[in-house]
Amino acid sequence: MAPLISIKDLSVAFHGVPVLRGVDLALHKGEALGLVGESGSGKSVTWLAALGLLPRNARVSGSVRLDSREILGAPAAELDRIRGGRVAMIFQDPASALNPVLTIRKQLCESLALHRDISGGAVKAEARRLLDLVGIPDATRRLEAYPHEFSGGQVQRIMIAMALAGNPDLLIADEPTTALDATIQAQILELLSTIRREMGMAMVLISHDLGVVAENCDRVAVMYAGRIVEEAPANQLFADPVHPYAQGLIGALPPLDGPRRRLTAIPGTVPDPASMPDGCAFAPRCALAEAPCGIVAPSLAPIAEDRAVACIRAEASRRALLGIAAE
Amino acid sequence: MSRPLVEVSSISRSYSMRSGMFGRSAAIHAVHGVSLTIPRGETLGLVGESGSGKSTTGRIVLGLEPPDHGEVRFDDKPMATPGTTAWRAQRAHMQMIFQDPLGALDRRLPVAAQIREPLDIHGLGTPLEREERVRELLRAVELTPAHGARYPGALSGGQRQRIVLARALATKPDFLVCDEPVSALDVSIQAQVVNLLADLQAQLALTLLFISHDLRVVRQISNVVAVMYLGRIVEIGCADDLFARPEHPYTQALVSASPAPGRRSAGRIVLAGDPPNPAARPQGCAFHPRCPRTITRCASEVPALSNVGGNRQVACHLVTGPQVETRDAA
Amino acid sequence: MGRYFAIRIGRAALTIVLVVTFAFVVLRLSGDPALMILGPEAPPEVLAAFRKAWGLDDPIWFQYLDYFGAIAKGELGRSMRDGRPAIELVLERIPATLALTLPAFAFKVALGIPAGIYAALHRGSGIDRAVMMTAVAGFTVPSFVLALLLVLVFAVQLGWLPSGGQDSWRHAILPIVTLSLGGAAVLARFTRSAMLEVLGQPYIRTASAKGVPWRKVVTSHALPNAAIPTVTILGFMVGTLIAGAVVVESVFSWPGVGRLLVVAVANRDLAVVQCILLLVAMTMVTSNLIVDFLYGFLDPRLRAKGAHA
Repeated sequence: MAPLISIKDLSVAFHGVPVLRGVDLALHKGEALGLVGESGSGKSVTWLAALGLLPRNARVSGSVRLDSREILGAPAAELDRIRGGRVAMIFQDPASALNPVLTIRKQLCESLALHRDISGGAVKAEARRLLDLVGIPDATRRLEAYPHEFSGGQVQRIMIAMALAGNPDLLIADEPTTALDATIQAQILELLSTIRREMGMAMVLISHDLGVVAENCDRVAVMYAGRIVEEAPANQLFADPVHPYAQGLIGALPPLDGPRRRLTAIPGTVPDPASMPDGCAFAPRCALAEAPCGIVAPSLAPIAEDRAVACIRAEASRRALLGIAAE
Repeated sequence: MSRPLVEVSSISRSYSMRSGMFGRSAAIHAVHGVSLTIPRGETLGLVGESGSGKSTTGRIVLGLEPPDHGEVRFDDKPMATPGTTAWRAQRAHMQMIFQDPLGALDRRLPVAAQIREPLDIHGLGTPLEREERVRELLRAVELTPAHGARYPGALSGGQRQRIVLARALATKPDFLVCDEPVSALDVSIQAQVVNLLADLQAQLALTLLFISHDLRVVRQISNVVAVMYLGRIVEIGCADDLFARPEHPYTQALVSASPAPGRRSAGRIVLAGDPPNPAARPQGCAFHPRCPRTITRCASEVPALSNVGGNRQVACHLVTGPQVETRDAA
Repeated sequence: MGRYFAIRIGRAALTIVLVVTFAFVVLRLSGDPALMILGPEAPPEVLAAFRKAWGLDDPIWFQYLDYFGAIAKGELGRSMRDGRPAIELVLERIPATLALTLPAFAFKVALGIPAGIYAALHRGSGIDRAVMMTAVAGFTVPSFVLALLLVLVFAVQLGWLPSGGQDSWRHAILPIVTLSLGGAAVLARFTRSAMLEVLGQPYIRTASAKGVPWRKVVTSHALPNAAIPTVTILGFMVGTLIAGAVVVESVFSWPGVGRLLVVAVANRDLAVVQCILLLVAMTMVTSNLIVDFLYGFLDPRLRAKGAHA
């Protein structure tokens, strides 16, 4: 089966500084993919670039195919039909994601008018239905309210309603719960998974929170310094991470139960995109790095069915994790 | 056993806020009847969502604002009046670090000069000794003198938080209030700072009040954890035990809402309703409108924080005495 | 909402009283009107009689109370030069001033706002740089220098337009151009930065991600937000319609309120100066009130806050 969307060798540079350095990703219909990584790893840029949402000074190359049709560099009119139509997006900061001077009705109906073949009273009825669907009570009255009259969690619900307006096949959720309190985060994640199940919609969940991604996705890709370093089914990645960075991320997460252990912090910091080290970008922070790691950047290679990793020390790393002495 | 370093007895703090068309002012109870004790060298974790009053509690404990009622005792002495000499002497023994290190630092000054500042203010040591102390502090937070010569803008977020920590430690405090100190940092950097904090605490016998919304980080560093909801403590107990077997329905929901790798969301307690609003505190138990187990009594009567055995205190009508039957209901 | 405006109106009234008081004190401490109007050769008894006639020999606080008492009765005093009511002198000059400032205001808006929007939308382009350089030049060059330059080129060198006077519509062209250019430059810069600020906001990206065509993102999402700060500067410009042309009127010998003010100050014609200042203060304050009201209309967040204030 052809993937719903496939990204090949996607690269982005701002003013000659590369921030995305060859990303390959594919997503099937109805699938939930998690994208984790720290700030600056390129997880948001990947999807902003794919949908042509980056500012003009960004240099984008590679290929993005939606149902086998190239959309990278497609005419503006075609992209406008895709955005909010087949592919919808929600963002992190609910406080500023909605236009402060327009009512919820205007912003929601705008999406409906753009992507649905309905007009007049039907638009408003559909807007009410969507607000009901995402759990905003008293929809008729709330449609006339402005964004500042809602709490952060409610704004994120409205964002989801707007995203659903075009009946999308794919929803890109970029850190959708990062700014929200724990109990509200749980509400939003549950809403997303219910809607996804009911509508058979595929989802990309971008998050710095490994737990959020692990619980809500089928497959996870770990990004570091503009590249994907490991890709695996969610349960396998967390039980058996192979890339030293993925291992580091999981080891750095304090456990919520069981015995307390000292956190295995990754030393150093993320490299500056303007002065990226030669070879593997993680090598300077990697405990397993050897001389060859500093020469050529490893490419993402399959190590099992559904699993791929970009590390020439993958074997050693796996052994280290399992506690087997090297040789 | 010696007396605890910090003793907080039933502190309350309310603010007045105008609301509505005609500007009637309403009292917002930010903190209500909070009591805590922190033994020397230990860490008390304070968790809760926004509006729970955890940061206000931290500010009162540090004497940055006075409580309306109640008392804070530090080293068996009542808190001195802010601005007095006694207060300044007391303040040298207690410091605070915040979430945003860039906001806490002066962008136009090299960071070493900022670490040195409290030494100058409190007149500690000769100029030469101060220089040496700055180098020592930089080493303590695992940075080099070269880092000290830089400006805050030229450091990463984790390095800035180390600088803030070094500055807080300059006066050799006994007590440190940390308000969301690692929340703005990436996971790998967060682990570095948490480890550093734990090491320094062990070396310097620091007493910590650690405020965070992140249960994992709080458990990692705390001996005892208190959970706050709309200005009151709803549950308090030993860190490992509290998260393993939460008793209060709110704590149960919080623990259940904390996502964990290797667990799917099935069986999660998802609370209905909006986040708590301190300006519209419900009658009775403040949590009852969102509580999945609420009974009639909850709407009228505020449950008192009472001992349920095993060093655990819970404020819930449904959790009484040291029996375990209610646990299974969750 | 009512409370919000009550507070603002109260503040506005206080501003007017302060301006008038300040002008009253400064004018009386900075020269003797009798000497200015009658000349230094006038005999002492004539000067004394003049001072007595205009109440200038009373204590200053007495004059002050007298002045406010008169204002309360709607009397703004008489010119010391020809004895005509000051208000009459001022009112008959207003049409001439508006003949310059109104068209200039229209040009400022028609030129400055589109230039600012265009520059913001094409940030970093050649046109953006050109607009911004013109704008910087436009408001760093003082208006009298610009006026003299224009006179030099279009009146003296090319001889296309008259250099001063008020005989035909052609006489108004250079003063209007002088007034427009400076204002348009300020407006262009202001609009550009307001637009850039708004275009960087997350809700603009949200609109694009919804599939809203870029042109509509600009017109229905960005502009209504950018209008909020721009209204402030427009309000200020409306406030200067009456007395914003002092320099230009003087350079081009245009008989408007501005020139009346210059002459009246030179002569210490107290009633006239005070009358003009009162009028200026009132227009400024009124336009500020209108801006406050427009804010409430443009920004729903302020409507809510206004209720709290």
